[in-house]
Amino acid sequence: MADPRETRVLLEHAEDPALRTIDGYRGYGGYATLEKAYREMEQDEVLKELEDSGLRGRGGAGFSMGKKASFLPRGEMAKYLCCNADESEPGAFKDRELMQRNPHQLIEGIAIAALAADAGHAFIFIRGEYAEQADILDAAVAEAYEAGYLGKDILGCRRDLELVVHRGAGAYICGEETALLDALEGKRGNPRLKPPFPAVQGLYGGPTLINNVETLSNVPKIVANGAEWFKGFGTEQSPGTKVVSISGGVRRPGNYEVELGIPTRELIFGLAGGPEPGHEIKAFYPGGSSSPVLTPAELDLPYSFEAMGEAGSMLGSGSIIVADDRVSIPHMALRTARFYHHESCGKCAPCREGTNWTVKMLERVVRGEATPMDLDIISSVQQNIIGHCLCVLGDSMAMPVSAMVNKFRDEFERVIAEAGMPIAIVQGAPEALGAAT
Amino acid sequence: MSPVDGAGISNPNLPVDIAVTKGRVPGRSEEQIPELHEVDCPPELRERIEGLMARYPDRRSASIPALWAVQERYGWCTPDGIRQAAAVMRFTPADLESVASFYDLLHTDPVGTHRIEVCTNISCWMRGGDELLDAFVAAGEGADVHITGFECLGACDIAPMASIDQRYYGPLEAAEAATAIEQLNAGADVLPDKALAARPLAGDTPPPTGRNREPESRNRPIDGEVRGG
Repeated sequence: MADPRETRVLLEHAEDPALRTIDGYRGYGGYATLEKAYREMEQDEVLKELEDSGLRGRGGAGFSMGKKASFLPRGEMAKYLCCNADESEPGAFKDRELMQRNPHQLIEGIAIAALAADAGHAFIFIRGEYAEQADILDAAVAEAYEAGYLGKDILGCRRDLELVVHRGAGAYICGEETALLDALEGKRGNPRLKPPFPAVQGLYGGPTLINNVETLSNVPKIVANGAEWFKGFGTEQSPGTKVVSISGGVRRPGNYEVELGIPTRELIFGLAGGPEPGHEIKAFYPGGSSSPVLTPAELDLPYSFEAMGEAGSMLGSGSIIVADDRVSIPHMALRTARFYHHESCGKCAPCREGTNWTVKMLERVVRGEATPMDLDIISSVQQNIIGHCLCVLGDSMAMPVSAMVNKFRDEFERVIAEAGMPIAIVQGAPEALGAAT
Repeated sequence: MSPVDGAGISNPNLPVDIAVTKGRVPGRSEEQIPELHEVDCPPELRERIEGLMARYPDRRSASIPALWAVQERYGWCTPDGIRQAAAVMRFTPADLESVASFYDLLHTDPVGTHRIEVCTNISCWMRGGDELLDAFVAAGEGADVHITGFECLGACDIAPMASIDQRYYGPLEAAEAATAIEQLNAGADVLPDKALAARPLAGDTPPPTGRNREPESRNRPIDGEVRGG
């Protein structure tokens, strides 16, 4: 029995393991929307429904899905659709749940979106670590081919769609859309210069629509029930429901589907059970590890794209990581920076060098070898990363690290002082060592 | 010569050259592509890679899947395996090596028969990921198991967790590391009740009430420098 505070649209019937099979999915009305779209609807009708719904991309950027699809040029050239299932943002695990429990909903969404984009080839780029989910998708895709929902001349409507599940091999950067395209073309996953955007020149140089798993999973629901129905959920600027991943210092971590705009407190305390007894929330990332951290004073903000943006953070992929009062913020900043340093592809100097030096400086902080001036240097390095690279990987470290240094500066200074080397040692006077211990 | 080979040459009418926007394709000299008869590629592997190439409009797209196939066959991306794939795909071995060395899950050095990746990223770290990694390393001493710390595996709901032979398990206690390794060595099912596949949705589990089972040992500052990764 689902928690009554949830609004399950994408996760409807997800508790039923049979949903994973094509018969189970059809038992709940699955693929009826694909049949309707292929048999009765024109490309523009599908596109208009998606645009009118106001569905915003669920992968992080929050860009209008319908608008993105409408950017693809018309014409005879080969066009492509890529489903971004490279979910690698620390704190995010919603796509894993959607693919594991309801793979056919995603396949149906891809087929309908391919109609809107006039794409003949579609790919699901799934991160290499999700081997179990890739196997589930492989089985589901085979079933869909068998049933005639994919392949040549779908339902006799003279439309073709080939769908390939492409497993990555472990690189966070491949979630960046142009790096994903390079990886899918069989190269190292390095981002490309934009513009031209993938909608104009993407996979194999052709127009390409790239959308997140959750975004595409919404498509059958919107086309089945109409844009007005979809806008009945959520807020004006953030319509629909959102599968929110909550983890870290909470008692019931997991994925919860809610209407956008509900109070963040309701998510963290209501659904996820709040922090362990005897502990309090110190900070939380509202949208994955790339989002600037927020403090308990911001718990009552509505959980929506616009409210998180106004608070100086972002909804991102919709992944909340809670840090309780036991967590050392400088150590959390180091852990965050370490991740981006490891995952930086090395193409752009500000990111490659900036993540490296941020890690080194934060290591100095937690070892007590830093001075408060180093905190200013850390901040200035972050400012020199933001906006200076081909993609936002560097920014994704710079934003949360800056926020932590700014909002928890006292703690950074305390850690520097308490980690406790006398200044003399920092400056290289070995005899002070004995005095310190 | 421009910083990117061919920039500005292939199409001067494009605002940005195609060599920049499409990513750089390494230079290729035909004589460096091994011939099939030189590499002794097992027929199954060859068929598999040819099948993979046929799935894509461009055969290069099969690089990562082909390297997965090599790794599955030989345990890691061996130089010979890479040459075999290169011969089938008509690329230079360097092309494929450049891909293999980029990705964390493709191993260009020998690894054990079994592979365990322990997440040490933020959410797992908060719940004991570092201690779990230490426990696995200690328990795996001498066993034919490759154990490594890893960045976020996308399963923060079951933190602290590990991926054991490409299946997810969690939340794990440090003591379960030894059990898992014993089960791997014995060829038994690993920690069946901790498998991710068996878990219900969080919202379908009873909501937490009152005080719960937070062990005293967890009640300490969460800090420590990064291990593994």
